[in-house]
Order: sequence, then C-alpha cells, then structure tokens
Amino acid sequence: MSELYRLSVAQAARALRAGEVSPGELLASYVERNLEMEQLTHAFITYDPDRAAKDAQEVTRRWPELGWSVLAGVPAAIKDNMCTRGLLTTCGSRILDGFLPPYDATVVDRLTRAGMVLLGKTNMDEFAMGSSCESSAYAVTRNPWNPGRVPGGSSGGSAAAVAAGQAAYALGSDTGGSVRQPAALCGVVGLKPTYGRVSRYGLVAFASSLDQVGTFTRSVEDCALVLQVIAGHDPKDSTSVPRPVPDYRAALGRDLAGLTLGIPREYFEVALDPGVRRQVEEAIHDLEDLGAKVGECSLPHSEYALSTYYLIAPAEASSNLARYDGVRHGLRSSGDDLESMYQNTRHQGFGSEVKRRIMLGTYALSSGYYDAYYLRAQKVRTLVKRDFELALERFDALVCPTSPTVAFGIGERVDDPLTMYASDVLTVPANLAGLPGLSVPCGLSEGLPVGLQIIGRPFDEETLLTIGHALEKHRPLDPEKRGPLYRPGGDPYVL
Amino acid sequence: MSYEPVIGLEIHVELGTNSKLFCACPAEFGAEPNANTCPVCLGLPGALPVLNAKAVEYAVRAALALNCRVSTFSKFDRKNYFYPDLPKGYQISQYDLPLAYGGFVEIALEGSRKRIGIRRVHLEDDAGKLLHEGSPQGTVAEAVSSLVDYNRCGVPLIEIVSEADLRSPEEARAYLEELKSILQYTGVSDCKMEEGSLRVDCNISLRPAGEERLGIPVELKNLGSFRSAQRALAYEVTRQAEILDRGGKVARETRHWDEARSISVSLREKEEAQDYRYFPDPDLVPMVPDPEWVWQIKTSLPELPQQRRERLVNAYGLSPYDAAVITASPVMADFYEDVVKAGAGAKPAANWVMGEIFRYLKARGLEAEDIPITPGHLAELLSMVETGTISVKIAKSIFDEMCDTRKEPRELVRAKGLLQIGAEEELVPVIDGVIASNPGVVADYRAGKERALGFLVGQVMKATQGRANPQLANRLLVERLAL
Amino acid sequence: MVSITREDVEHVARLARLTLTQQEVQVFTRQLSQILAHVDTLRQVDVSGVEPTFHAVPDLVNVTRPDVSRPGLPVDEALANAPQRSRGYFRVPRMGKEE
Repeated sequence: MSELYRLSVAQAARALRAGEVSPGELLASYVERNLEMEQLTHAFITYDPDRAAKDAQEVTRRWPELGWSVLAGVPAAIKDNMCTRGLLTTCGSRILDGFLPPYDATVVDRLTRAGMVLLGKTNMDEFAMGSSCESSAYAVTRNPWNPGRVPGGSSGGSAAAVAAGQAAYALGSDTGGSVRQPAALCGVVGLKPTYGRVSRYGLVAFASSLDQVGTFTRSVEDCALVLQVIAGHDPKDSTSVPRPVPDYRAALGRDLAGLTLGIPREYFEVALDPGVRRQVEEAIHDLEDLGAKVGECSLPHSEYALSTYYLIAPAEASSNLARYDGVRHGLRSSGDDLESMYQNTRHQGFGSEVKRRIMLGTYALSSGYYDAYYLRAQKVRTLVKRDFELALERFDALVCPTSPTVAFGIGERVDDPLTMYASDVLTVPANLAGLPGLSVPCGLSEGLPVGLQIIGRPFDEETLLTIGHALEKHRPLDPEKRGPLYRPGGDPYVL
Repeated sequence: MSYEPVIGLEIHVELGTNSKLFCACPAEFGAEPNANTCPVCLGLPGALPVLNAKAVEYAVRAALALNCRVSTFSKFDRKNYFYPDLPKGYQISQYDLPLAYGGFVEIALEGSRKRIGIRRVHLEDDAGKLLHEGSPQGTVAEAVSSLVDYNRCGVPLIEIVSEADLRSPEEARAYLEELKSILQYTGVSDCKMEEGSLRVDCNISLRPAGEERLGIPVELKNLGSFRSAQRALAYEVTRQAEILDRGGKVARETRHWDEARSISVSLREKEEAQDYRYFPDPDLVPMVPDPEWVWQIKTSLPELPQQRRERLVNAYGLSPYDAAVITASPVMADFYEDVVKAGAGAKPAANWVMGEIFRYLKARGLEAEDIPITPGHLAELLSMVETGTISVKIAKSIFDEMCDTRKEPRELVRAKGLLQIGAEEELVPVIDGVIASNPGVVADYRAGKERALGFLVGQVMKATQGRANPQLANRLLVERLAL
Repeated sequence: MVSITREDVEHVARLARLTLTQQEVQVFTRQLSQILAHVDTLRQVDVSGVEPTFHAVPDLVNVTRPDVSRPGLPVDEALANAPQRSRGYFRVPRMGKEE
C-alpha cells in the first residue's frame, strides 16, 4: 500500500470509493513520495503537507456529500500562477514575494468544492515566460526522467510533479504551449482547452488573449475527469464561454473509424529531432491502424506564427505586469520618491526574461510602432486562425509533434532567447487560434518521452480525448524504458 | 489686436450606478478609506473585469440625450501609465471606437441659440484618490508620503468631449450648465462637482479674429466649479492675448487653475510626452448594442430641459428667463410644477421658487434635492397670501422657520398669532390711535399731500407688527381722516 | 531591417518603469534587435483587408453583469498585502515635484 501514489486519478477514486483506502492514506503515500522526489525535481515552490492533511480531513468529513466527485480526496498540485486564498502565490517571481491572495481562482474554487487535497504550488518560469522552468526566481525544476534535462515550461513544476508521482494531477496554464510542451517533455498527458472553456479568473495574467488553464495527468481518462470539473462558464470571466459542458468521460473508448486526421505539412518541415519525427509518424500510423483516415493538409501561415506570438504575448504582458509597482502587494524596494521606488522595485523584482518581454511588448505598443508590430501581428493572427478553420473543415483534428525536440539540457538555451522561443514553434499556433490541444506521450527518443499533439475544433475537446485515449491504449509508454515511475517488473499504473 | 478664443471641453461624469463599472463593489461616495474594494478594483493579480450593464445603459441614455449616435460596435482599450491611484497600471477606457459620437447641445446666450458639437461620449473607469501627508497645504510637492484610497477606483465615468465650438468663457459656462442639466434630467448622474461626480477640463487657444487656423492650445485643469471654469478661461484669454500682443508664442502646456489666487499656473512639462500605448483590452469583449434596445432607450428618454422650458413658457406663461432658471435642475422644476398643481398661481409660485427657495438653499449650501418643504406647504402658504390671511411680508418672515421645522404653514401662522387683521372693528382703534399721535402728518394729508397717507399706512402696519391687511388699513384710514 | 538603438531601449525602459544597468541596456539592445529582425518577417505577409483578431472567441459580445452591489473585502484584508499602509490607506513615497 505504500505505493498508492502510482494510482491514476481514476484508480485512486475507485479505491477511495470502495473504501480500500482513505484520503489520509492516499495523501500519506504522496507525502512519502515527495520526501524522496522533491529534492531531485524541485517541482514545488510551496509544498505544504500539513495544509494537505487538513484538506484530507475536510474531505473525509464531507465524504457523504462528495459522492458526485471522482476527484474527492485525490492529491493535486497547482501551478503557482493561480490564486489560492491565504496560500503563497508567486508566479515564480520575486516581485510577488509574500503575496497571499485574499481569494481563490475559479478553478481552485471548483476543485476545492470537488474535494481537492492540495499538496502545494508548483514551480514555473517567471510569469509563465519560458519553455524550460529555468527563469523561475526560486528554483530550477528538473525533469524526473533525467535530472540533467529541463522539464519544459512554463508549467514545468506541474509536469514534473505528475510525472514523478508527486501529485496525482496538476493544473498548469498554457499561453504558447506551457502545458503541452512540458507534458510532452515529462511523458504525461497535457491538455490546453479551447480559449474560453475554462475560467481565467484568478489565473495571474501573462497574455490575456492567449492564456488558458490546462491539466496534467498520467492518463487521458484522468484528463477527462479533471477537465470535467474545471470546465464551464464563469460569470467572473468575460471571455469564458456560456456553453454546456459535455460528459468528457463518454468520449473515451469511442471508435476512431470515421474520424479524419490532418497532418499539417509545415509542422514536419521544421527542424525536428529524428527520434521525435519517428515516434510521431509511428503514432500516426497506429491511429490509422485504429481506423482513422489520415491525410495531409497545409497551414501556410505557420511560419509566421512564432513571430506573431512573440509580439502579441509580450505586448499584452507589458500591460498586465504594470500592476507590479510595489504599492498594493509583493516586493517594494526603497526609493527616495515614488518614481525611484517604482523603478527599483521593478528592477529588483523582475528577472531578465520578464524584463526582456516587457521591453519587447512596450516597444511593440509604443507610439509609432503599434501599427507595424502589434496591429500587424493581430492581423497575421487572423490568417493563422483562418488556416486552421479551413483545415478543420476537412479534418476532425490535426496531429503533429508537440515539441520539436525531447527535453533539452539544463542551461542549454538560457542565453539564447531566440532558440528558447523556438521551443514553442509547434504549440503557439493553437493559442493564437484559441483551439484546444492535447499532448499525449507517444514513445521515447534518446530515452526521453515524445509527445503527440492533437489540435481540434473549438470546444471539441471530446474528439481530442477520443483520439488520445485510443493512442494511449494502443501505444503505452514502454515501462521497460526507465521512467520516473518505473519499478522493476511492474506496470507503473498497477499496484 | 482682437482675438477669438477657441474652446473645447472634456467633461468626466460619474454615473449613478449601485456598483462599480467592472466589479460589484458599491460605487457610493464617502465610505471609510478602502472599504469598497475587492480584487478586481484593487487590480490584484488574476482578477478580471466584468462590465456593469446599467453603466452601459446610462452611458447610452446620456449619449442619446446629447443627440449622439450610438456606435454599432465599440470596444474597451487599455490606457497604460503608472500612477499610484491606478492599481492596474492602466485605465480601462475607449480609444478609437467610443460608445457614441456626433451629438450636440444647444445653448442660449443673450437671446441667440447656438449648437455646440459633441465629438464623442465614452465609458471608462475612475481612478482612486490620493492624500498627501506631511504637507501643510496638502500639496504634492511638499508631501513626505502619499496615501491611497481606492474606493473611487472603478466607479463608472463617461467622458464627454465637445467640439472646439465654444467662442467665449460665457459660452463655455452656458454649455456646462446646459450639459449638467441634461445629465440630471436623464437621471444618470447627480453631477455634484463638490463630490467629484462632474469634472471639467478645458482646451483653449486664441487666434486673430477672422483667422481660420487654430492657435496653440493650452489645457486647463483643477476647475472646481463652473464659475472657476469661466474665470479660468477668461484669465487665459487675457494671458494668451498679452503674449500674442507682445509677439510671443503661447506654450503648449497644461495649466493648473489656482482659484484662491485667481491665476493659472503652468504644470512643469513632463520629461517626455505621454505615450499611453492604447490597445484593445483582451479581458473585455466588444459592445454591439442591439438597435432595438437603443431605440427603446431613445423613446423612453424623459422630457429634457429645453422641452421643459418651452412647455413652462407655454403652459404657465413664464418668461423664458424664469423658465430657464426653474428648469435647470429637474428636481427644482418638478417641485415648481407640483406647487402649481397644489393650487398656487404659476407666477407667484415661480417668484417664490426663484426667490425664497433659491435663497434658502444657497445660504445653506443645499441642492434642489434638499428642499425641506413639500410643494403642498408652499402652495398653502401662497394661498394664505392670496386670500389675505397673511401678508407677503409675514409669509416671507416665517418661510425659514417653516423650512427648518417642516411645520404646516397654517399651523405656524396660527401658533405665532400672525393671522392678518381683516376685521374693521379690530383695526379702527389702531387707526384712530395713529391719527391721534401724528397730527402733523394728518394736517399735511388734509392739505392735499397724498404721500402722507403712505406714511400713515406704514404706521398702522408697524403698530400691528405687519398683521394689518394693507388694503383694509388704507381704506379705513381714508374714511377716518375724512371724518 | 529595423535597428533598435540604445536610446530606444532607454526610452522604452523608462515607459515601462524599468531601470536597466548599462550592461542590461547593452544586452537588450542586441537581443531586441535580433528578435525584431526575426519578427520583421511579418512584413512579408499581405494583410490588406484582413481584420485583426483581438479575441480568440469572435462571436462573444455584450458580456455584462447586473448592477448589483456587494460588500468588498474587509479593509484589513484589502490592505493585508500592502508593503506599507497607514490608517486604512495604502502608503507610497512622496511623489516628487511633478503633478
């Protein structure tokens, strides 16, 4: 029973419901696992087992009324850019030093109602700006598959925690791939829902028109379970869409026959690791074998997506991050007068990647450059979006790699922003178009996981889950290849 | 040389909604510091704005009353700048696609009418308030530190931008009065300048008479009242004319009106021009008003000041001037009409409203909303004058007490023993006494000096503390003197 | 090809209230030039007649809430995260000679 942390959310829920384990016992297993793993991964900024224990007690007390919730009593982790009432929320930045939000993000509130046991807040690139988790002001999270490699980013802490068995599921946020890319690099399932599907209220904004809360789980089924709870309209978020939430679990196990999958040519023309290309192509063949009809398609404006993204996101960020001025919360540096206080606070509070993007975004919006940069980028965004609309008229979903490479080495790209930005080349287009994207592990290359990305129509997360689930069953990650949950002679997901 | 001033005004008006523009915090005035704040209006990380439907309705109503067209598509933009009263580091405003545009206000000045164009009306959120500490004058420059109160932050504002159609400080004043009146009629704002719910900024430039090209504009701020605005503009006309006469060049700048010293002072030029980096707020979706809804608001607009003035002239026979004074505030106009409906004559009611009521309110710094008496009480008072129960003088003498105590006028008159002496048998002894004690005047009268009679009537009034019916006193005096 | 100068970097830093060290100015001048050169490829795209996409969900309009007021945070909670406060206010250093 000491390895309960190996259970998926669905398995843990069944065990809890059957009375085989209690929330306290399940939590104890995670606490023990964290004792061992956290020093290797540094997945958390705030890890608080005592708080989690209180959650577990509370869930036990509320057990009779929590019958509806499969997530009740299951230990979780949340990216440190989602507000948690009374619990430190830093966004991986010094500038939010000591910030204790007086309110819960809507997703946190929904999970709490569903009986979440919260282990802590996970590490991330500062303000979600990064693809490696290295720009955090607090720690560098390591990939549990190989501690010399990055977990990806920006939600690297959440990805690593789920991959390493430090949490059963985790929330992340995805502005340009920050859920899907670390999910791919850590060998877990990562979903970025359609823009507007999940409330952003309480998610500390990076780029408001692109940000979306997403999930990290060890299986596609778990993904459906978590999405079920967090999805839905929120009157506190004007961009959240009032649309009914389907039963996502019903999408699992559907036949792929009749589904059409498009392979965007341009996504295979970028510099892909040969191993990534091989695994993804094999996975696509598997999907064909499972009955899907596969055909090539073109997204001609793909080559401009990255540039578009790196104008829009910093521009919005430059405005979103203006509120960190040392007046109402977080860090305040000293200064003789207001101006020097502002400047010193922001100088000391923000790391260099954040400063770089604030500079870039401020420039793109400044007088004389708005039309040439920001406005033009928003127009190209329309073309990128239109490409997807055309492709998704012909195909039910598009399949491609999530990341051009497997997890890269720690420190490898930190001094080269353009190479770091290129890590997102396959994920940013879905954010620009507001589309849902799912990354599912589809094999290993160099002993590291590779993710297949499935991009769907707006609000059609179900098709993504159907495809991901079929692939996962057909093509599980080989347990013989050493993963973080590997145990000699055993299936990692079975006790 | 003679110059023509060219003036445009920007007015900020707080809308009288229950809650703020983008959150549910109360939009009330005068709460304890920071008592009406929440994550949204404090700009806490992660908080998001949701638009107040009533604020949009009010803004549309105001815009329609100003004869504007409501945009079929408008959006919110972020205006980015750093200031401690601005918690998000940007104001949510409207840049290139305002809620409404292209309206006008008609003003009347010295008998002639003129249309002043309204360029645009847009919605935005208000900033917080700063208090400067450690400075005896409360000025920024001397303060040791500043305190911030975010209660006002997020209160809905509309900004009304006029065309540069105004040609004198008097026109500007008339425009302001008319605009305030219209806004009060539509019920979207109380327009209390002293509580900051109406704020005025002016742009003024001078050009030689007959010249088409515009001069260099100067922006005037800190105008605490319409009177200040008028005075500041007049000052500015003189100041700029002197510069131009000397062959100098007016500096493009913002000037601060110092009411106490009656001068405008240049605010130090900012090191760099402001660059607000406007862009559409991604947290808010566009407004696409349903034409049917806009039409409903348009057709349900209340009677506006100009219509009401015309009606009062036609229905009550008031002079255009009296009608304008009475209708400036809708509450005052309602009060007036209710007094007439309660039985008072239209003209006496107008005189009393414009005389006693205005005097009473002004002396106490009150508004029309604060009129303490009911229209019925005023009508009753006037009817007692009309029927000769009391004299006008007595009516005026008890007016303040009637307002202060809110007692019925008839009861007050009775309690104070002020009923007019209308009975001959009561007045005859008084008259005889006056005749007896003023033999010289009586002799003058009898010698044909008609004016002596007026003195004697006055003596009768004095002897009765004004309670004598003057007509009766007059008649009886003539009778008794003829004996 | 755009080139961004040290002066541009210093101006933008001032707009964004970021004090930069001389070294940061140098690094950012180089890096921002590189990034802008890269994003300059967008100039190749014909965007004539193309509407911008400011929102990912285009058909969402007129999202409002009813005008109902609710009490805000208790004052001590509102101020709890403030680096400096005084008598129910947030406190900031003196604002200098400017307005």
